[in-house]
Amino acid sequence: MTDLSLQAPSGLSAAAEARASKLRSFRIKDGAFRNITLASALLVLAILGGVILALVIGSALAFSTFGFDFFVTQAWNPVTEKFGALSPIYGTLVTSLIAMLIAVPLGLGIAIFLTELCPPVLRRPIGVAIELLAGIPSIIYGIWGLFVFAPLLQETVQPFLISVFGHVPVLSTLFAGPPYGIGIMTAGFILAIMVLPFITSISRDVFETVPPVLKEAAYGVGCTRWEVVRQIVIPFTRVGLVGGVMLGLGRALGETMAVTFVIGNAHKISGSILAPGTTISASIANEFTEAVGDLYTSSLIALGLILFIITFIVLSIARLMLMRLDKKAGV
Amino acid sequence: MTVLEPSKHTADAPLYRRRRGKSVLMMSLSFAAAFVGLAFLVVILLTLLIKGFGGLSLAVFTENTPPPGSQGGLLNAIVGSLIMTAIGVALGTPVGILAGTYMAEYGKHGKLASIVRFINDILLSAPSIVVGLFVYEVVVIHMGHFSGIAGALALAIIVVPVVVRTTEDMLNLVPSQLREAASSLGLPRSTVIQRISYKAAQAGMITGVLLAIARVSGETAPLLFTALNNQFGSTDLNAPMSSLPVVIFQFALSPYADWQALAWTGALIVTFAVLALSIGARVLSAGAQK
Amino acid sequence: MTSIDLARSNPAEPGQIKIAPGARPMAGAGLSEKISVRGLKFFYGDSLALKGVDLPIYERKVTAFIGPSGCGKSTLLRILNRMYDLYPKQRAEGQVLLDGVDVLSPKLDLNLLRSRVGMVFQKPTPFPMSIYDNIAFGIRLYEKISKSELDGRVEAALRRAALWNEVKDKLDASGLSLSGGQQQRLCIARTIAVRPEVILLDEPCSALDPISTAKIEELIDELKADYTIAIVTHNMQQASRTSEFTAFMYLGELIEFGETQQIFMSPHDRRTQDYITGRFG
Repeated sequence: MTDLSLQAPSGLSAAAEARASKLRSFRIKDGAFRNITLASALLVLAILGGVILALVIGSALAFSTFGFDFFVTQAWNPVTEKFGALSPIYGTLVTSLIAMLIAVPLGLGIAIFLTELCPPVLRRPIGVAIELLAGIPSIIYGIWGLFVFAPLLQETVQPFLISVFGHVPVLSTLFAGPPYGIGIMTAGFILAIMVLPFITSISRDVFETVPPVLKEAAYGVGCTRWEVVRQIVIPFTRVGLVGGVMLGLGRALGETMAVTFVIGNAHKISGSILAPGTTISASIANEFTEAVGDLYTSSLIALGLILFIITFIVLSIARLMLMRLDKKAGV
Repeated sequence: MTVLEPSKHTADAPLYRRRRGKSVLMMSLSFAAAFVGLAFLVVILLTLLIKGFGGLSLAVFTENTPPPGSQGGLLNAIVGSLIMTAIGVALGTPVGILAGTYMAEYGKHGKLASIVRFINDILLSAPSIVVGLFVYEVVVIHMGHFSGIAGALALAIIVVPVVVRTTEDMLNLVPSQLREAASSLGLPRSTVIQRISYKAAQAGMITGVLLAIARVSGETAPLLFTALNNQFGSTDLNAPMSSLPVVIFQFALSPYADWQALAWTGALIVTFAVLALSIGARVLSAGAQK
Repeated sequence: MTSIDLARSNPAEPGQIKIAPGARPMAGAGLSEKISVRGLKFFYGDSLALKGVDLPIYERKVTAFIGPSGCGKSTLLRILNRMYDLYPKQRAEGQVLLDGVDVLSPKLDLNLLRSRVGMVFQKPTPFPMSIYDNIAFGIRLYEKISKSELDGRVEAALRRAALWNEVKDKLDASGLSLSGGQQQRLCIARTIAVRPEVILLDEPCSALDPISTAKIEELIDELKADYTIAIVTHNMQQASRTSEFTAFMYLGELIEFGETQQIFMSPHDRRTQDYITGRFG
């Protein structure tokens, strides 16, 4: 062994012997520790694999029974055991869309405020306060949405929308009454509040990657503050912003408890966003423990698989966008 | 064309006034956005205080959840939450730290590390209800019944990606010179990591664990069909176990005023516990960065 | 390469250095090669950072490496204890013999190598622990010794590094609480505490004030009685003050190696002269 011959030239004294045995134990410890960390890293992959596998196996019965019809059927009838995913998918997409329509401009606005307008001393406290919104458990949004926010919408915003758009073609369907309070729109609003902190903090972080000289140059040619934001900051950070928005979207799509409280749990597709509906996660949360029969359970797991695939795609896009940004910043 | 026309650049020029007006308008809107965002936080916290504070009494912490129409507290729910959170964090943290260690110390630029990093980031934001379904399929069905341990496992799966992320980030902040210095003494790699890197990244790694605790102590969805609920003060991990979030869910949606009041009190407790944890984590990490 | 005045590293005849006429030859033989570098090439990924370097490092002497930034002198130092092994895509070719054994051999036990070849870095790197533990940490790992013996070893190392009088009353204080110069001496104490044979110093004074620098230079002078020392420095005065031998490197090549006095007084190569007189750098 080379390492033995590298011993001190004095020969194999007792001290050298002790040192050699120490070195052997180091090698064993090193190898063991490395392998444990490697195994843990692989476990992360195994969790993802396990989740997918469990969902695929669990949903096999539903997919083999209904086939592709599962995706395009609106019916959801536990008595006749006819299940279709269309209305939960619709509800999931529409609530998330409403959430993004509200949260994206709001989140960008806050990020602009924090990076361009806010006095430096207030920057951190306000940023932290917005991020604390992300720390509030989703069940709290649910209970608050149901008891405070929904009645508020029912009494103010919804009657207003109905009266204003009631006679406008197309929009009259979108805002057809009566004002229930709970429903698709309320769920979308609550989701908007919940994803706001994610969009805000990522937008703020990417805004801060804009080199100050670039902004100074724009101010130097006489741009107004808004023109600097619009023409320099936003184009420069476009990729990161899209990543942040997609991350928020991923959250909105999968959010469960808050939506479960305020969506109304109706397996039907209504033209009006004031009407109750359901989302994938809300259906699972509401019905899973009460589901009788293998087909019912399997159909709910199939919903879970669809949700997982949708969020996986959205979150992958988000990560790829943000990784591109990291690379750019790293160079 | 080449002649400069200074008049267009004066403050009175209509074009400039329009541009300035637009800028002021947009900046006002962004100010309003920040106000709205903060207002939501304030309104939600105020609502919790108003609706939940009245119900805070010693009984909340000493009595179990009552049947409808009678007095009671949230003892079993609080205990159940503490037990499942503790076990979930105890199971998930070592895995998260070790996996984060692999990515920051061993695999850093390797293919495996970048795949794990990508997947981990997705798990970080993946819908938690899906984790509940997974544990239901793998644990609950095989055990034949809901149980506290299944709930704890579901929470552990949520803890892992949070801890992986912070551990990797924090270890990456440890200067490589410190590692080199330790290696140059002849310390084996595992000792360098355990005794030097971990020590240097300590505060940040604890922050990650605190954030993970904050994250799971409010989780409801993954517990719904793993731990389910238990009206009685059971600490048996093999039996269904109640938790604060699930009790809030159940009681808030019930028609009973007593239950709804308890739900608000529970909501107040959960929220302030979670916010205290996340503020504590921030203070700790801010202190560590100095 | 042909015009370059290189010391032929031949362990059988260690004293055979081509010495410029006029320069005072070292006192006869008495020189033995602790480390022999032969045909050493080094790659960062695909780029060649060392283009075949040969030189001896003599036992219980101070060898200084000088040259403009990026010339490969730090790279060379980091090969001597295989520090580059911590990073992927870095590899060395050629031979580096430590007492006749090739340290580049993949079978070599790195921990053993590094316990014999210690290193001190540009920026002080105290471990996040007490002053005492900074020193005791490395000792404890290799040797099972009693508390009182350990105390003795810690004190001896700190005395050797000329730090004992400044820290003896606060051994439990954090290593990070010391001043920059003290931290660097702590790092040297830590290195000699594990009883290496060779000490590599990678610009040890570049982050220090002149007074601390003087103390470290004094220390180097004392340490060479027991240790073989290699020092990388940007500071020409430092090289001439502290070393017996100097190697001038440029663009990944060893341009000239010889006794320090000769290199500074009568360099053979034009580039050495230019660098020493400050014409480029």
